[in-house]
Amino acid sequence: MTLEQVFGLYNYWVVICLMMTGFYIVIARKNMIKTVIGLNIFQTSVVLLYITMGKVTGGTAPIIPPEIAAQHAESHGHEDGHTGHDAHVDHAEHADHVSEAGYEATDAVVHHGVEAAEAAELIYSNPLPSVLMLTAIVVGIATTALALALIVRIGEDYGTVEEDEIQLINRREQPNKRAS
Amino acid sequence: MFVSLFILTLLVVTAISIARIRDLWAAVMFTGIFSFLGACWMLILDAPDVAFTEAAVGAGISTFLMLGTLALAGKKEKPTKGSPLVPLIVVGVTGAALIYGTLDMPHFGDPNSPVQTRIQPSFVEKSQPDMHGLPNVVTALLGSYRGYDTLGETAVIFTAGIAVILILRRSSTEAFGSGSTPKKGSK
Amino acid sequence: MDSFPIIRVVAKLIIPYILLFGFYVQFHGDFGPGGGFQAGVILASALILYGLVFGLPAVKKVAPPKLIEKLIALGLLIYAGTGFLTMLCGKAKDGDHAEHGRAMANFLDYGALDHHFLPGILPHGQHLGIFMIEFGVGITVTAVMTMIFYCFAGRHPETNSASSTEATP
Repeated sequence: MTLEQVFGLYNYWVVICLMMTGFYIVIARKNMIKTVIGLNIFQTSVVLLYITMGKVTGGTAPIIPPEIAAQHAESHGHEDGHTGHDAHVDHAEHADHVSEAGYEATDAVVHHGVEAAEAAELIYSNPLPSVLMLTAIVVGIATTALALALIVRIGEDYGTVEEDEIQLINRREQPNKRAS
Repeated sequence: MFVSLFILTLLVVTAISIARIRDLWAAVMFTGIFSFLGACWMLILDAPDVAFTEAAVGAGISTFLMLGTLALAGKKEKPTKGSPLVPLIVVGVTGAALIYGTLDMPHFGDPNSPVQTRIQPSFVEKSQPDMHGLPNVVTALLGSYRGYDTLGETAVIFTAGIAVILILRRSSTEAFGSGSTPKKGSK
Repeated sequence: MDSFPIIRVVAKLIIPYILLFGFYVQFHGDFGPGGGFQAGVILASALILYGLVFGLPAVKKVAPPKLIEKLIALGLLIYAGTGFLTMLCGKAKDGDHAEHGRAMANFLDYGALDHHFLPGILPHGQHLGIFMIEFGVGITVTAVMTMIFYCFAGRHPETNSASSTEATP
Protein backbone atom coordinates (compact mmCIF):
# COMPACT_ATOMS: atom_id res chain seq x y z
CA MET A 1 0.00 0.00 0.00
CA THR A 2 1.61 3.18 -1.15
CA LEU A 3 1.30 6.63 0.29
CA GLU A 4 -0.45 7.74 -2.88
CA GLN A 5 -3.15 5.18 -2.26
CA VAL A 6 -3.60 6.41 1.28
CA PHE A 7 -4.06 9.99 0.11
CA GLY A 8 -6.38 8.91 -2.70
CA LEU A 9 -8.62 6.70 -0.63
CA TYR A 10 -8.67 8.21 2.86
CA ASN A 11 -12.11 9.75 2.28
CA TYR A 12 -13.66 6.33 1.63
CA TRP A 13 -12.02 4.91 4.73
CA VAL A 14 -13.31 7.65 6.99
CA VAL A 15 -16.78 7.25 5.53
CA ILE A 16 -16.64 3.48 6.07
CA CYS A 17 -15.54 4.12 9.64
CA LEU A 18 -18.60 6.32 10.19
CA MET A 19 -20.84 3.78 8.50
CA MET A 20 -19.60 1.00 10.74
CA THR A 21 -20.19 3.15 13.84
CA GLY A 22 -23.80 3.57 12.75
CA PHE A 23 -24.06 -0.13 12.01
CA TYR A 24 -22.66 -0.97 15.45
CA ILE A 25 -25.25 1.23 17.14
CA VAL A 26 -28.01 -0.47 15.17
CA ILE A 27 -27.02 -4.03 16.07
CA ALA A 28 -25.59 -3.59 19.57
CA ARG A 29 -28.06 -1.22 21.22
CA LYS A 30 -31.48 -2.40 22.32
CA ASN A 31 -33.06 1.00 22.75
CA MET A 32 -35.19 1.82 19.73
CA ILE A 33 -34.51 5.54 19.74
CA LYS A 34 -30.79 4.79 19.77
CA THR A 35 -31.33 2.41 16.85
CA VAL A 36 -32.97 5.19 14.85
CA ILE A 37 -30.04 7.46 15.69
CA GLY A 38 -27.69 4.75 14.40
CA LEU A 39 -29.67 4.46 11.18
CA ASN A 40 -29.45 8.23 10.78
CA ILE A 41 -25.67 8.13 11.12
CA PHE A 42 -25.50 5.30 8.62
CA GLN A 43 -27.64 7.27 6.18
CA THR A 44 -25.55 10.43 6.52
CA SER A 45 -22.37 8.48 5.85
CA VAL A 46 -23.84 6.86 2.74
CA VAL A 47 -24.71 10.34 1.51
CA LEU A 48 -21.14 11.43 2.22
CA LEU A 49 -19.82 8.41 0.29
CA TYR A 50 -21.75 9.40 -2.83
CA ILE A 51 -20.83 13.06 -2.54
CA THR A 52 -17.09 12.30 -2.30
CA MET A 53 -17.34 10.38 -5.56
CA GLY A 54 -18.70 13.42 -7.39
CA LYS A 55 -15.85 15.70 -6.38
CA VAL A 56 -13.29 16.74 -9.02
CA THR A 57 -9.98 18.18 -7.86
CA GLY A 58 -9.95 21.91 -8.43
CA GLY A 59 -13.62 21.84 -9.29
CA THR A 60 -16.36 24.15 -8.13
CA ALA A 61 -20.03 23.74 -7.30
CA PRO A 62 -22.21 22.96 -10.35
CA ILE A 63 -23.80 26.39 -10.46
CA ILE A 64 -23.03 28.27 -13.66
CA PRO A 65 -21.81 31.83 -13.00
CA PRO A 66 -24.51 34.40 -13.83
CA GLU A 67 -22.58 35.97 -16.73
CA ILE A 68 -22.35 32.71 -18.65
CA ALA A 69 -25.91 31.74 -17.81
CA ALA A 70 -27.08 35.19 -18.95
CA GLN A 71 -25.55 34.57 -22.37
CA HIS A 72 -27.80 31.59 -22.71
CA ALA A 73 -30.81 33.49 -21.54
CA GLU A 74 -29.99 36.15 -24.14
CA SER A 75 -29.57 33.67 -26.92
CA HIS A 76 -32.98 32.40 -25.99
CA GLY A 77 -34.28 35.94 -25.86
CA HIS A 78 -33.22 36.37 -29.49
CA GLU A 79 -35.23 33.34 -30.30
CA ASP A 80 -38.19 35.04 -28.72
CA GLY A 81 -37.77 37.88 -31.16
CA HIS A 82 -37.91 35.52 -34.11
CA THR A 83 -40.73 33.33 -33.05
CA GLY A 84 -42.69 35.66 -30.85
CA HIS A 85 -45.61 33.99 -29.22
CA ASP A 86 -45.58 31.31 -31.83
CA ALA A 87 -45.19 28.00 -30.09
CA HIS A 88 -45.58 26.03 -33.29
CA VAL A 89 -42.04 26.36 -34.48
CA ASP A 90 -40.52 22.97 -35.01
CA HIS A 91 -39.05 21.97 -31.74
CA ALA A 92 -36.10 20.03 -33.04
CA GLU A 93 -34.98 23.01 -35.09
CA HIS A 94 -35.50 25.26 -32.14
CA ALA A 95 -33.29 23.11 -29.95
CA ASP A 96 -30.59 22.99 -32.62
CA HIS A 97 -30.56 26.71 -33.03
CA VAL A 98 -30.24 27.38 -29.34
CA SER A 99 -27.62 24.78 -28.80
CA GLU A 100 -25.48 26.15 -31.65
CA ALA A 101 -25.62 29.60 -30.20
CA GLY A 102 -25.10 28.19 -26.77
CA TYR A 103 -22.27 25.79 -27.35
CA GLU A 104 -19.91 28.41 -28.66
CA ALA A 105 -20.36 30.43 -25.52
CA THR A 106 -19.90 27.54 -23.17
CA ASP A 107 -17.44 25.44 -25.07
CA ALA A 108 -14.42 27.15 -23.61
CA VAL A 109 -15.81 27.00 -20.13
CA VAL A 110 -17.97 23.99 -19.57
CA HIS A 111 -15.78 21.06 -20.36
CA HIS A 112 -15.53 17.90 -18.50
CA GLY A 113 -13.34 14.92 -17.83
CA VAL A 114 -9.92 14.76 -19.42
CA GLU A 115 -10.01 17.94 -21.44
CA ALA A 116 -11.15 19.82 -18.40
CA ALA A 117 -7.69 20.05 -16.93
CA GLU A 118 -6.16 21.61 -20.03
CA ALA A 119 -8.86 23.51 -21.81
CA ALA A 120 -11.24 24.96 -19.29
CA GLU A 121 -10.99 27.78 -16.82
CA LEU A 122 -13.81 26.37 -14.71
CA ILE A 123 -14.32 22.76 -13.79
CA TYR A 124 -17.58 21.71 -12.25
CA SER A 125 -17.99 18.82 -9.88
CA ASN A 126 -20.51 16.21 -10.88
CA PRO A 127 -24.08 17.32 -10.11
CA LEU A 128 -25.57 13.84 -10.47
CA PRO A 129 -24.57 12.44 -7.02
CA SER A 130 -25.89 15.64 -5.45
CA VAL A 131 -29.27 15.14 -7.04
CA LEU A 132 -29.49 11.48 -6.05
CA MET A 133 -28.52 12.27 -2.47
CA LEU A 134 -30.98 15.17 -2.19
CA THR A 135 -33.69 12.63 -2.87
CA ALA A 136 -32.17 10.21 -0.37
CA ILE A 137 -32.00 12.79 2.43
CA VAL A 138 -35.61 13.84 2.02
CA VAL A 139 -36.86 10.25 1.85
CA GLY A 140 -34.67 9.58 4.90
CA ILE A 141 -36.37 12.24 7.00
CA ALA A 142 -39.77 10.89 5.93
CA THR A 143 -38.88 7.37 7.05
CA THR A 144 -37.30 8.67 10.27
CA ALA A 145 -40.49 10.52 11.13
CA LEU A 146 -42.49 7.36 10.48
CA ALA A 147 -40.14 5.25 12.63
CA LEU A 148 -40.29 7.75 15.48
CA ALA A 149 -44.09 7.82 15.29
CA LEU A 150 -44.15 4.03 15.60
CA ILE A 151 -41.76 4.23 18.55
CA VAL A 152 -44.04 6.72 20.28
CA ARG A 153 -46.98 4.35 19.86
CA ILE A 154 -44.94 1.37 21.09
CA GLY A 155 -43.77 3.39 24.08
CA GLU A 156 -47.35 4.26 24.94
CA ASP A 157 -48.59 0.70 24.71
CA TYR A 158 -45.70 -1.10 26.39
CA GLY A 159 -44.36 1.58 28.67
CA THR A 160 -40.84 0.97 27.39
CA VAL A 161 -38.86 1.29 24.17
CA GLU A 162 -36.22 -1.32 24.99
CA GLU A 163 -36.39 -4.26 22.59
CA ASP A 164 -35.64 -7.02 25.12
CA GLU A 165 -38.20 -5.74 27.61
CA ILE A 166 -40.85 -5.62 24.90
CA GLN A 167 -40.02 -9.22 23.97
CA LEU A 168 -40.30 -10.17 27.63
CA ILE A 169 -43.72 -8.55 27.93
CA ASN A 170 -44.87 -10.27 24.77
CA ARG A 171 -43.77 -13.66 26.09
CA ARG A 172 -45.46 -13.11 29.41
CA GLU A 173 -48.72 -12.12 27.78
CA GLN A 174 -48.83 -14.87 25.21
CA PRO A 175 -47.33 -18.04 26.66
CA ASN A 176 -49.39 -20.26 24.34
CA LYS A 177 -48.02 -18.64 21.25
CA ARG A 178 -44.47 -19.32 22.34
CA ALA A 179 -45.28 -22.96 23.06
CA SER A 180 -46.80 -23.50 19.65
CA MET B 1 -7.07 19.59 2.84
CA PHE B 2 -6.38 20.41 6.49
CA VAL B 3 -9.85 21.82 6.98
CA SER B 4 -11.41 18.69 5.60
CA LEU B 5 -9.13 16.46 7.69
CA PHE B 6 -10.14 18.46 10.76
CA ILE B 7 -13.85 18.07 9.95
CA LEU B 8 -13.40 14.34 9.29
CA THR B 9 -11.69 13.88 12.65
CA LEU B 10 -14.54 15.69 14.37
CA LEU B 11 -17.05 13.52 12.50
CA VAL B 12 -15.42 10.31 13.67
CA VAL B 13 -15.13 11.57 17.26
CA THR B 14 -18.79 12.61 17.27
CA ALA B 15 -19.93 9.27 15.86
CA ILE B 16 -17.99 7.31 18.46
CA SER B 17 -19.30 9.45 21.30
CA ILE B 18 -22.85 8.86 20.08
CA ALA B 19 -22.18 5.12 20.21
CA ARG B 20 -20.77 5.30 23.73
CA ILE B 21 -23.09 7.76 25.41
CA ARG B 22 -26.03 6.47 27.48
CA ASP B 23 -27.95 9.68 27.89
CA LEU B 24 -30.29 9.80 24.91
CA TRP B 25 -30.75 13.53 25.20
CA ALA B 26 -27.04 14.08 24.68
CA ALA B 27 -26.97 11.48 21.91
CA VAL B 28 -29.67 13.35 20.01
CA MET B 29 -27.75 16.59 20.35
CA PHE B 30 -24.61 14.87 19.10
CA THR B 31 -26.61 13.59 16.13
CA GLY B 32 -27.46 17.17 15.25
CA ILE B 33 -23.79 18.10 15.49
CA PHE B 34 -22.88 15.10 13.36
CA SER B 35 -25.30 16.15 10.63
CA PHE B 36 -24.01 19.69 10.72
CA LEU B 37 -20.38 18.56 10.42
CA GLY B 38 -21.42 16.33 7.55
CA ALA B 39 -23.03 19.35 5.90
CA CYS B 40 -19.79 21.30 6.33
CA TRP B 41 -17.83 18.57 4.59
CA MET B 42 -20.38 18.41 1.75
CA LEU B 43 -19.88 22.14 1.25
CA ILE B 44 -16.16 21.53 0.82
CA LEU B 45 -16.99 18.75 -1.63
CA ASP B 46 -18.81 21.21 -3.92
CA ALA B 47 -22.34 20.09 -3.14
CA PRO B 48 -23.97 23.19 -1.63
CA ASP B 49 -27.50 21.96 -2.32
CA VAL B 50 -27.00 18.74 -0.42
CA ALA B 51 -25.19 20.56 2.38
CA PHE B 52 -28.08 22.97 2.66
CA THR B 53 -30.60 20.15 2.81
CA GLU B 54 -28.56 18.19 5.31
CA ALA B 55 -28.19 21.22 7.57
CA ALA B 56 -31.90 22.01 7.42
CA VAL B 57 -33.19 18.44 7.60
CA GLY B 58 -30.56 16.51 9.54
CA ALA B 59 -29.54 19.14 12.04
CA GLY B 60 -32.91 20.88 12.24
CA ILE B 61 -36.10 18.90 11.78
CA SER B 62 -34.70 15.47 12.56
CA THR B 63 -33.20 16.64 15.88
CA PHE B 64 -36.50 18.23 16.77
CA LEU B 65 -38.44 15.06 15.96
CA MET B 66 -36.13 12.96 18.12
CA LEU B 67 -36.44 15.38 21.02
CA GLY B 68 -40.21 15.18 20.67
CA THR B 69 -40.01 11.39 20.77
CA LEU B 70 -37.77 11.50 23.85
CA ALA B 71 -40.28 13.66 25.67
CA LEU B 72 -42.93 11.03 24.97
CA ALA B 73 -40.96 7.82 25.39
CA GLY B 74 -38.27 8.29 28.02
CA LYS B 75 -34.81 9.81 28.06
CA LYS B 76 -32.55 7.14 29.50
CA GLU B 77 -31.13 4.15 27.74
CA LYS B 78 -30.89 1.01 29.84
CA PRO B 79 -27.41 -0.53 29.96
CA THR B 80 -27.06 -3.41 27.53
CA LYS B 81 -26.66 -6.80 29.12
CA GLY B 82 -24.83 -8.93 26.58
CA SER B 83 -21.19 -8.38 25.77
CA PRO B 84 -20.49 -6.05 22.84
CA LEU B 85 -18.02 -8.57 21.42
CA VAL B 86 -20.24 -10.19 18.79
CA PRO B 87 -21.47 -6.91 17.28
CA LEU B 88 -17.89 -5.60 17.30
CA ILE B 89 -16.69 -8.65 15.36
CA VAL B 90 -19.53 -8.34 12.84
CA VAL B 91 -18.82 -4.65 12.38
CA GLY B 92 -15.08 -5.25 12.09
CA VAL B 93 -15.45 -7.94 9.44
CA THR B 94 -17.93 -5.87 7.42
CA GLY B 95 -15.71 -2.81 7.65
CA ALA B 96 -12.64 -4.77 6.58
CA ALA B 97 -14.52 -6.17 3.59
CA LEU B 98 -15.66 -2.69 2.58
CA ILE B 99 -12.15 -1.25 2.92
CA TYR B 100 -10.79 -4.11 0.82
CA GLY B 101 -13.41 -3.13 -1.76
CA THR B 102 -12.26 0.50 -1.84
CA LEU B 103 -8.74 -0.45 -2.93
CA ASP B 104 -9.93 -0.59 -6.53
CA MET B 105 -11.93 2.62 -6.32
CA PRO B 106 -10.89 5.69 -8.30
CA HIS B 107 -8.90 8.08 -6.17
CA PHE B 108 -10.45 11.09 -4.49
CA GLY B 109 -11.08 13.95 -6.93
CA ASP B 110 -9.90 11.98 -9.96
CA PRO B 111 -11.33 13.68 -13.08
CA ASN B 112 -10.98 10.44 -15.09
CA SER B 113 -13.04 8.27 -12.79
CA PRO B 114 -16.06 6.50 -14.31
CA VAL B 115 -18.40 8.77 -12.34
CA GLN B 116 -17.10 11.79 -14.21
CA THR B 117 -16.64 10.30 -17.66
CA ARG B 118 -19.52 7.89 -18.19
CA ILE B 119 -22.22 10.36 -19.18
CA GLN B 120 -21.09 12.30 -22.24
CA PRO B 121 -21.88 15.09 -22.79
CA SER B 122 -22.14 15.69 -19.07
CA PHE B 123 -25.24 17.16 -17.54
CA VAL B 124 -23.47 20.47 -16.95
CA GLU B 125 -22.79 20.83 -20.67
CA LYS B 126 -26.17 19.57 -21.71
CA SER B 127 -28.25 21.59 -19.29
CA GLN B 128 -27.14 25.00 -20.53
CA PRO B 129 -28.63 24.80 -24.04
CA ASP B 130 -31.54 22.68 -22.77
CA MET B 131 -32.54 24.97 -19.93
CA HIS B 132 -31.85 28.31 -21.62
CA GLY B 133 -29.46 29.49 -18.97
CA LEU B 134 -30.77 28.13 -15.70
CA PRO B 135 -27.71 28.62 -13.51
CA ASN B 136 -28.22 25.86 -10.93
CA VAL B 137 -27.57 22.56 -12.67
CA VAL B 138 -28.66 20.58 -9.62
CA THR B 139 -32.11 22.15 -9.71
CA ALA B 140 -32.35 21.53 -13.44
CA LEU B 141 -31.41 17.89 -12.97
CA LEU B 142 -33.75 17.44 -10.03
CA GLY B 143 -36.72 19.13 -11.62
CA SER B 144 -36.40 18.30 -15.26
CA TYR B 145 -34.12 15.42 -16.18
CA ARG B 146 -35.14 13.46 -13.12
CA GLY B 147 -38.64 14.87 -12.81
CA TYR B 148 -40.31 11.50 -12.35
CA ASP B 149 -37.91 10.68 -9.56
CA THR B 150 -38.75 13.87 -7.72
CA LEU B 151 -42.45 13.22 -8.22
CA GLY B 152 -41.99 9.84 -6.57
CA GLU B 153 -40.05 11.47 -3.77
CA THR B 154 -42.83 13.97 -3.14
CA ALA B 155 -45.25 11.07 -3.08
CA VAL B 156 -43.07 9.38 -0.45
CA ILE B 157 -43.19 12.46 1.77
CA PHE B 158 -46.93 12.67 1.25
CA THR B 159 -47.33 9.02 2.23
CA ALA B 160 -45.12 9.41 5.28
CA GLY B 161 -47.15 12.42 6.39
CA ILE B 162 -50.40 10.50 6.01
CA ALA B 163 -48.94 7.51 7.86
CA VAL B 164 -47.79 9.66 10.79
CA ILE B 165 -51.26 11.19 10.98
CA LEU B 166 -52.82 7.73 11.00
CA ILE B 167 -50.48 6.43 13.70
CA LEU B 168 -50.38 9.38 16.06
CA ARG B 169 -53.66 11.21 15.72
CA ARG B 170 -56.11 10.42 18.45
CA SER B 171 -59.44 8.77 17.72
CA SER B 172 -61.96 10.85 15.84
CA THR B 173 -63.86 12.03 18.91
CA GLU B 174 -60.91 13.83 20.42
CA ALA B 175 -59.02 14.15 17.18
CA PHE B 176 -57.55 17.49 16.56
CA GLY B 177 -60.23 18.12 18.90
CA SER B 178 -57.49 18.56 21.41
CA GLY B 179 -56.68 21.69 19.48
CA SER B 180 -59.90 22.75 17.83
CA THR B 181 -62.64 21.86 20.30
CA PRO B 182 -61.37 24.01 23.16
CA LYS B 183 -60.88 26.79 20.65
CA LYS B 184 -64.52 26.59 19.65
CA GLY B 185 -65.50 26.44 23.28
CA SER B 186 -63.56 29.56 24.08
CA LYS B 187 -65.18 31.60 21.36
CA MET C 1 -43.02 29.54 28.67
CA ASP C 2 -44.43 32.66 30.22
CA SER C 3 -41.39 32.94 32.44
CA PHE C 4 -38.91 33.24 29.57
CA PRO C 5 -39.42 36.71 28.15
CA ILE C 6 -36.09 36.67 26.30
CA ILE C 7 -37.06 33.58 24.33
CA ARG C 8 -40.44 35.04 23.44
CA VAL C 9 -38.98 38.34 22.28
CA VAL C 10 -36.15 36.76 20.30
CA ALA C 11 -38.52 34.27 18.67
CA LYS C 12 -40.88 37.06 17.66
CA LEU C 13 -37.94 38.98 16.21
CA ILE C 14 -36.45 36.19 14.13
CA ILE C 15 -39.54 34.35 12.88
CA PRO C 16 -40.22 36.92 10.10
CA TYR C 17 -36.65 36.56 8.91
CA ILE C 18 -36.87 32.79 8.91
CA LEU C 19 -40.02 33.02 6.80
CA LEU C 20 -38.40 35.53 4.46
CA PHE C 21 -35.37 33.30 4.06
CA GLY C 22 -37.65 30.35 3.37
CA PHE C 23 -39.41 32.20 0.57
CA TYR C 24 -36.08 33.38 -0.82
CA VAL C 25 -34.82 29.81 -0.96
CA GLN C 26 -38.07 28.71 -2.58
CA PHE C 27 -38.14 31.26 -5.37
CA HIS C 28 -34.40 31.65 -5.87
CA GLY C 29 -33.75 27.93 -6.05
CA ASP C 30 -33.21 28.03 -9.82
CA PHE C 31 -30.33 30.48 -9.48
CA GLY C 32 -28.51 29.42 -6.36
CA PRO C 33 -28.51 26.53 -3.94
CA GLY C 34 -31.96 25.74 -2.68
CA GLY C 35 -35.32 24.56 -3.86
CA GLY C 36 -38.62 23.24 -2.69
CA PHE C 37 -37.40 20.80 -0.05
CA GLN C 38 -35.09 23.18 1.74
CA ALA C 39 -37.64 25.98 1.59
CA GLY C 40 -40.37 23.71 2.90
CA VAL C 41 -38.27 22.60 5.83
CA ILE C 42 -37.26 26.19 6.66
CA LEU C 43 -40.84 27.45 6.52
CA ALA C 44 -42.01 24.55 8.66
CA SER C 45 -39.25 25.22 11.17
CA ALA C 46 -40.52 28.78 11.56
CA LEU C 47 -43.98 27.42 12.39
CA ILE C 48 -42.49 24.84 14.75
CA LEU C 49 -40.47 27.51 16.55
CA TYR C 50 -43.65 29.54 16.99
CA GLY C 51 -45.42 26.48 18.33
CA LEU C 52 -42.64 25.60 20.76
CA VAL C 53 -42.48 29.09 22.22
CA PHE C 54 -46.12 30.15 22.24
CA GLY C 55 -47.85 26.80 22.65
CA LEU C 56 -49.78 24.52 20.35
CA PRO C 57 -53.14 26.38 20.34
CA ALA C 58 -51.43 29.58 19.21
CA VAL C 59 -49.77 27.93 16.20
CA LYS C 60 -52.98 26.07 15.37
CA LYS C 61 -54.69 29.42 15.03
CA VAL C 62 -52.04 30.54 12.53
CA ALA C 63 -52.04 27.29 10.54
CA PRO C 64 -55.21 25.32 11.26
CA PRO C 65 -54.73 21.54 10.99
CA LYS C 66 -57.67 21.33 8.58
CA LEU C 67 -55.84 23.65 6.18
CA ILE C 68 -52.51 21.86 6.62
CA GLU C 69 -54.17 18.54 5.80
CA LYS C 70 -55.42 19.94 2.53
CA LEU C 71 -52.08 21.54 1.68
CA ILE C 72 -50.35 18.15 1.97
CA ALA C 73 -52.42 16.89 -0.92
CA LEU C 74 -52.42 20.20 -2.79
CA GLY C 75 -48.64 20.27 -3.21
CA LEU C 76 -48.54 16.81 -4.73
CA LEU C 77 -51.47 17.74 -6.97
CA ILE C 78 -49.63 20.82 -8.22
CA TYR C 79 -46.66 18.64 -9.10
CA ALA C 80 -48.69 16.01 -10.89
CA GLY C 81 -50.92 18.70 -12.42
CA THR C 82 -47.87 20.31 -14.00
CA GLY C 83 -47.24 16.99 -15.67
CA PHE C 84 -50.75 16.84 -17.08
CA LEU C 85 -50.53 20.50 -18.10
CA THR C 86 -47.51 19.73 -20.23
CA MET C 87 -49.38 16.84 -21.78
CA LEU C 88 -52.33 19.06 -22.60
CA CYS C 89 -50.57 22.06 -24.08
CA GLY C 90 -47.82 21.22 -26.43
CA LYS C 91 -46.29 18.79 -28.72
CA ALA C 92 -43.61 16.21 -28.39
CA LYS C 93 -40.14 17.55 -27.85
CA ASP C 94 -38.51 15.32 -30.45
CA GLY C 95 -40.68 16.80 -33.16
CA ASP C 96 -41.98 13.48 -34.45
CA HIS C 97 -45.60 14.52 -34.02
CA ALA C 98 -45.76 15.41 -37.69
CA GLU C 99 -45.15 11.85 -38.80
CA HIS C 100 -47.15 10.08 -36.13
CA GLY C 101 -49.90 12.60 -35.69
CA ARG C 102 -49.09 12.84 -31.99
CA ALA C 103 -50.37 16.07 -30.51
CA MET C 104 -49.29 15.54 -26.95
CA ALA C 105 -46.06 16.12 -25.11
CA ASN C 106 -44.83 13.69 -22.53
CA PHE C 107 -45.69 13.84 -18.85
CA LEU C 108 -43.51 16.52 -17.19
CA ASP C 109 -41.95 17.59 -20.50
CA TYR C 110 -41.68 21.28 -19.65
CA GLY C 111 -40.54 22.21 -23.13
CA ALA C 112 -44.23 22.19 -24.00
CA LEU C 113 -44.87 25.14 -21.69
CA ASP C 114 -43.03 27.51 -24.03
CA HIS C 115 -44.78 30.84 -24.52
CA HIS C 116 -48.17 29.72 -23.36
CA PHE C 117 -48.76 31.74 -20.22
CA LEU C 118 -48.36 35.50 -19.93
CA PRO C 119 -45.33 35.82 -22.23
CA GLY C 120 -42.89 38.38 -20.97
CA ILE C 121 -44.05 38.21 -17.36
CA LEU C 122 -43.66 34.61 -16.37
CA PRO C 123 -40.56 32.62 -17.21
CA HIS C 124 -41.35 29.97 -19.75
CA GLY C 125 -40.42 26.54 -20.94
CA GLN C 126 -38.21 24.50 -18.69
CA HIS C 127 -37.83 27.37 -16.28
CA LEU C 128 -41.58 27.68 -15.67
CA GLY C 129 -41.96 23.94 -15.27
CA ILE C 130 -39.19 23.71 -12.70
CA PHE C 131 -40.62 26.72 -10.89
CA MET C 132 -44.05 25.10 -10.66
CA ILE C 133 -42.92 21.71 -9.45
CA GLU C 134 -40.61 23.28 -6.87
CA PHE C 135 -43.60 25.26 -5.65
CA GLY C 136 -45.63 22.07 -5.29
CA VAL C 137 -42.80 20.31 -3.49
CA GLY C 138 -42.40 23.29 -1.15
CA ILE C 139 -46.08 23.24 -0.20
CA THR C 140 -46.11 19.50 0.46
CA VAL C 141 -42.94 19.53 2.54
CA THR C 142 -44.06 22.52 4.64
CA ALA C 143 -47.43 20.93 5.28
CA VAL C 144 -46.07 17.46 6.09
CA MET C 145 -43.42 18.75 8.49
CA THR C 146 -45.94 21.00 10.26
CA MET C 147 -48.42 18.13 10.45
CA ILE C 148 -45.81 15.82 11.94
CA PHE C 149 -45.10 18.49 14.55
CA TYR C 150 -48.82 18.74 15.38
CA CYS C 151 -49.06 14.97 15.70
CA PHE C 152 -46.05 14.66 18.02
CA ALA C 153 -47.02 17.69 20.07
CA GLY C 154 -50.70 16.75 20.24
CA ARG C 155 -49.72 13.41 21.74
CA HIS C 156 -48.38 15.03 24.84
CA PRO C 157 -50.72 15.35 27.84
CA GLU C 158 -49.71 18.91 28.63
CA THR C 159 -49.21 20.24 25.13
CA ASN C 160 -52.07 22.62 25.15
CA SER C 161 -50.36 24.76 27.70
CA ALA C 162 -46.64 24.08 27.34
CA SER C 163 -44.14 23.10 24.70
CA SER C 164 -43.95 19.50 23.66
CA THR C 165 -40.36 18.78 24.48
CA GLU C 166 -39.72 20.30 27.85
CA ALA C 167 -42.30 18.65 30.07
CA THR C 168 -41.43 15.31 31.56
CA PRO C 169 -43.74 12.36 31.07
